[in-house]
Amino acid sequence: MELRLDDLHHGYGEVEVLRGIDLEIPSGRIVCIVGPSGCGKSTLLRLIGGLELPNRGGVIQIGEAPSGSLNPLTYIFQDFALLPWRTVEGNVRLVLEDHDFARGEIERIVDDVLSRTRLSEFRDAFPRQLSGGMKQRVAIARALSVSPAFLLMDEPLSALDAQTRELLLDDLIDLWTRERFSAVYITHNLQEAVRLGHRIVILSRRPGAIREILEIDLPLDARAGHAPELESHRQHLWRLLRDEAQAAEMELVDD
Amino acid sequence: MTEPVGKSHPVAFRGGGFMPRPRGAVGPLVFLAVVGIWEAGSRTGLIPPLILPAPSEALAALAHLVETGLLWKHLGASLQRLLVGWTVGTVLGIAVGVSIGLFSLARAGLAPVVAAIFPIPKIALLPLFVIWFGIGEGSKIATILFGTFFPTVIATYGGVDNVDRSLIRMGQSFGLAWSSIVRKIILPGALPAILPGFRISAAIAIVLLVAAEMIGAEFGVGAYILLAGNLMATDELVAGVAILSVIGLTVNWLIARAERFLLRWRL
Repeated sequence: MELRLDDLHHGYGEVEVLRGIDLEIPSGRIVCIVGPSGCGKSTLLRLIGGLELPNRGGVIQIGEAPSGSLNPLTYIFQDFALLPWRTVEGNVRLVLEDHDFARGEIERIVDDVLSRTRLSEFRDAFPRQLSGGMKQRVAIARALSVSPAFLLMDEPLSALDAQTRELLLDDLIDLWTRERFSAVYITHNLQEAVRLGHRIVILSRRPGAIREILEIDLPLDARAGHAPELESHRQHLWRLLRDEAQAAEMELVDD
Repeated sequence: MTEPVGKSHPVAFRGGGFMPRPRGAVGPLVFLAVVGIWEAGSRTGLIPPLILPAPSEALAALAHLVETGLLWKHLGASLQRLLVGWTVGTVLGIAVGVSIGLFSLARAGLAPVVAAIFPIPKIALLPLFVIWFGIGEGSKIATILFGTFFPTVIATYGGVDNVDRSLIRMGQSFGLAWSSIVRKIILPGALPAILPGFRISAAIAIVLLVAAEMIGAEFGVGAYILLAGNLMATDELVAGVAILSVIGLTVNWLIARAERFLLRWRL
């Protein structure tokens, strides 16, 4: 299963947010979307997963979702979006309870995803007892439990401190190396983009349009050893973004 | 380091304060002191018995109520009215509040009506209720029901409005059914606003109970107080008021327990 964005246009009232986005999203790879703040990155992600309707154009799914995928397009949110009144286990169960399972199947899935995200010891903890990084791992476990075809990640590390971010970034690289999941990863952090992205899409400032698409062929688990190459990619991205970011910074925000 | 010039002294502390801490014994001590001074005032004749009876006399009136078994008759009648009126009012209030929170049509249609009726003191409607529902239990329960319904509606739809929209989006993004989103995300999310509403509605219910029992009731704490007042039996009157205070405290305690249990996921 792949996704194609076909001439997406979107806006709110008078404000044009996205202009003519055409993009192929292949499976088995991570596509990073970077851009200055307010360029419509998050809006784009909501459009991709069907949480919002574009004014023009559309998102097309090519091919069937793999059988057994309960929720082909699954989000991981910046603010984790965990229910505070449910435990770690309860938060994972929430997204499984609406499906018909044989007895004991939910239990098996919960055990499996909690062990894959190394959360098994914390299954009875409430979100308030967890650090930000742990909360995001719970959200990742919840997302994995529905066997997504695509993970749609909206700045998943932005609410975390620098050290936690680094740890979770390594976790994500590990996870991808093991499971080869497909993902669209929104970020404003260029470091994250060059560490995780097989393909990096640079958006211009509002109204967001694609400025450039960068392919990085280095395998994810080998990137730590190629710091200079990543750094030159990062600098290239920053040169592209710098003026946009500066101009975006000077705009009045009216929403 | 250069030698410091001039006199040296420690930086003065200016933080602290503004943090009330629990002082366990103070509350009961103040209560005992007030009752003690009052008793002493009555014994010495400083407080004439016609104006205010001694606490010991009120206690004797209470003991008499217990001995004759009348206490349970009055209390039973009052608690039954309170329980039925409050429960039905609360259930209806939550149902209507959730509808206003969820459906545009219900909001547009009902919210203004609720806003218009909420501020009316329901005691003013009591004579109407007597005409509609009869002088017996009907009008009393209706008054309490009405009194609890409106604050519950307002607390509930405020709570539903304040449920984190990102949690609802999350539910939708995982393909949760509409009913699941309401039951598992919206209702628990609104609960922190609904439970404090219970405190308000319970207080209102007790006020209305006493008022309603002052019209055509044989038994009930309100009827007992009214009768005592008419007979200038101030000792019985004070005993009745003390019973009301105990009812109020008990209800508050129960709600606090419920809050602690249902909201244990919070700090």
